[in-house]
Amino acid sequence: MREATVVSQPNPLQRIPGVAIVLALLIALFGTIAPGFLSVANLSNVLVQSTILTMLALPMTLIIMTEGLDLSMGAVLTLTSLCVAIVSLATKSMLLGLAVGVLVGAAFGTVNGWLVAILGIPPFVATLGTLGMAQGLSLIVSDGQSVVGIPHSVRDIYSSTLVGVPVPIVMAFVTYAFFHALLYHTRFGTYIFALGGNREALRYAGLSPNRLLIAVYAIGGTMAGVAGLLMTARMNSGHPTAGLGLEFDAIAAVAVGGTSFERGNGWLLGTVLGVIAVGVLRNGLNLISLPSSVQVASVGVLVIVALFLDGIRSRA
Amino acid sequence: MTDITKEAISPPRSFLSQDAIQVFYRLLAALLICAVLAVLSDSFLSLGNVLNVLRQASLTFFIASGLTLVVLTAGLDLSVGANVALSACLAGTVIHQTGSPVLGILTALVVGGVVGLLNGVMVTALRIPSFIATYGMLWVLNGLTYWYMAGDTIHGFPAGFRQIGSGYLFGLPIPVYLLLIFLAIGTLFAQRSIWGQEIYAIGANPIAARLSGIPVARRLLLVYAVSGTMAGLASIIFLSRLNSAEADIGESLTLPAIAAVLIGGTSLFGGVGTVFGTFVGALILTLVLNGMNLLSVSANWQPLVTGVIVILAVWLDMQTRRRSQ
Repeated sequence: MREATVVSQPNPLQRIPGVAIVLALLIALFGTIAPGFLSVANLSNVLVQSTILTMLALPMTLIIMTEGLDLSMGAVLTLTSLCVAIVSLATKSMLLGLAVGVLVGAAFGTVNGWLVAILGIPPFVATLGTLGMAQGLSLIVSDGQSVVGIPHSVRDIYSSTLVGVPVPIVMAFVTYAFFHALLYHTRFGTYIFALGGNREALRYAGLSPNRLLIAVYAIGGTMAGVAGLLMTARMNSGHPTAGLGLEFDAIAAVAVGGTSFERGNGWLLGTVLGVIAVGVLRNGLNLISLPSSVQVASVGVLVIVALFLDGIRSRA
Repeated sequence: MTDITKEAISPPRSFLSQDAIQVFYRLLAALLICAVLAVLSDSFLSLGNVLNVLRQASLTFFIASGLTLVVLTAGLDLSVGANVALSACLAGTVIHQTGSPVLGILTALVVGGVVGLLNGVMVTALRIPSFIATYGMLWVLNGLTYWYMAGDTIHGFPAGFRQIGSGYLFGLPIPVYLLLIFLAIGTLFAQRSIWGQEIYAIGANPIAARLSGIPVARRLLLVYAVSGTMAGLASIIFLSRLNSAEADIGESLTLPAIAAVLIGGTSLFGGVGTVFGTFVGALILTLVLNGMNLLSVSANWQPLVTGVIVILAVWLDMQTRRRSQ
């Protein structure tokens, strides 16, 4: 009897090898074949460039833990990045731009959650629909053109440092701390595990799974808004295809990081390692002068391999 | 007891079945849209525009018809647009190099089919959920196509080849004839062949299908391969219509194809829907986009409207299913 009540907790030690080995292999590979890969400047460059992806991949982890998916994240980031650019250009205020971007992102996230939780539409189709909507709105607000001439206060966010650490890395670190505390140290986090693992239990406990689910997607949209600010700062402009395919890199990072698509367990630190693995892969391929198209294709292969391994492990 | 038995043995798709009624509603919707557009725009009922709508709808239909079979098995193929782009670019190269349209057409069909087969392998042998597997494939194909083309455009094909996409026969565009042929083949295959019925069975209940001896993995492979081959076919029509191939031609194709399937009444949860419904779905979507065009709404609005239509279609489908249960 006692054995039957023991819940089989996902053992982090079992998962560390997967993503750590992938990362170590990638670093060893590019350290050997790509000149300048292991230089401090390049490695810190990889980290800084991974910050936007970190902000998408962490909420994506929560969404995938609920057996969901958010395909709209890249398009929503594009839209919020344009909002930041347009509003800060019009008002000369970076904070107002950020506020509008975050609001638009949160609105899209809430709509995603509402479609999935209340209407019961499968997540991948619901968010494919909102992907089209965000893409369309991006084209409409920008008229297909880049938004340039935005205030320096926006650009400075990406290039300035705080006690020697680049601000984007500080932001990514704060984001990680927030998600770590949220998932592992609050009741809400425990409910997220239950959303994927045992939704019925939540209902019996008198909680509304629907409201929790909407909250999870809303967090995703909100983070796309924050990441939109970084994207605008990085490019020093708003562009109607800025976030194209970023949701796929986020899904790749989550998959490589060992979060399962079917069993409601997730691992935030694994996702961060997954983000770095994707960043290292893209940076390394870039250094050996392979075009970005090859990078896109290899991230695709990385996801398929990671999911294949995930499938094997879940059956083992 | 008797009621239950009667229900269990009644034929699943008789004349004027649930499917037929659903398609009938959609035809009415298409007619209603036509009526509204005829009132709002003078040029809607012109012969040129009607033929244009039919040709446009046939392009969406080619991609969507193969996709319908995938969705009938409760799967999804998000790679169709990227597949069209890769097939078109490779076929364009072959035609340029060899001067033979036949070899080009074969190339497109084979490339499309092989990509579809790979999707099928990922779904069946590697057991990756179809929407993720084909989404990964989308980016692999996109990457390959952009790398292969390196920003180039392949332009100018033999006049005979260009007839496929832009020619006329007895006053009707040639793609419309192809549409009718593939509509007939698709409907006969899905509704009247044993393999087609097995595909419905797999979508309705994969475990029951397996237990009743249907080779589920092989049928799924077939379905994804057909979806890929139809994308290859669509790429030929695009190639000969545009008279050029570029890496980005597939980017705006996937969402409309999925929209056509879902508007046509094929359920995302599998086992319900028809190829004819998808044709009507393609027609409705094309009418809406064509109407926006005629009313001088900027093309920038098209993704937004298509996205809303996808969500509305799924929601309507779920409402009708809930009511019928």
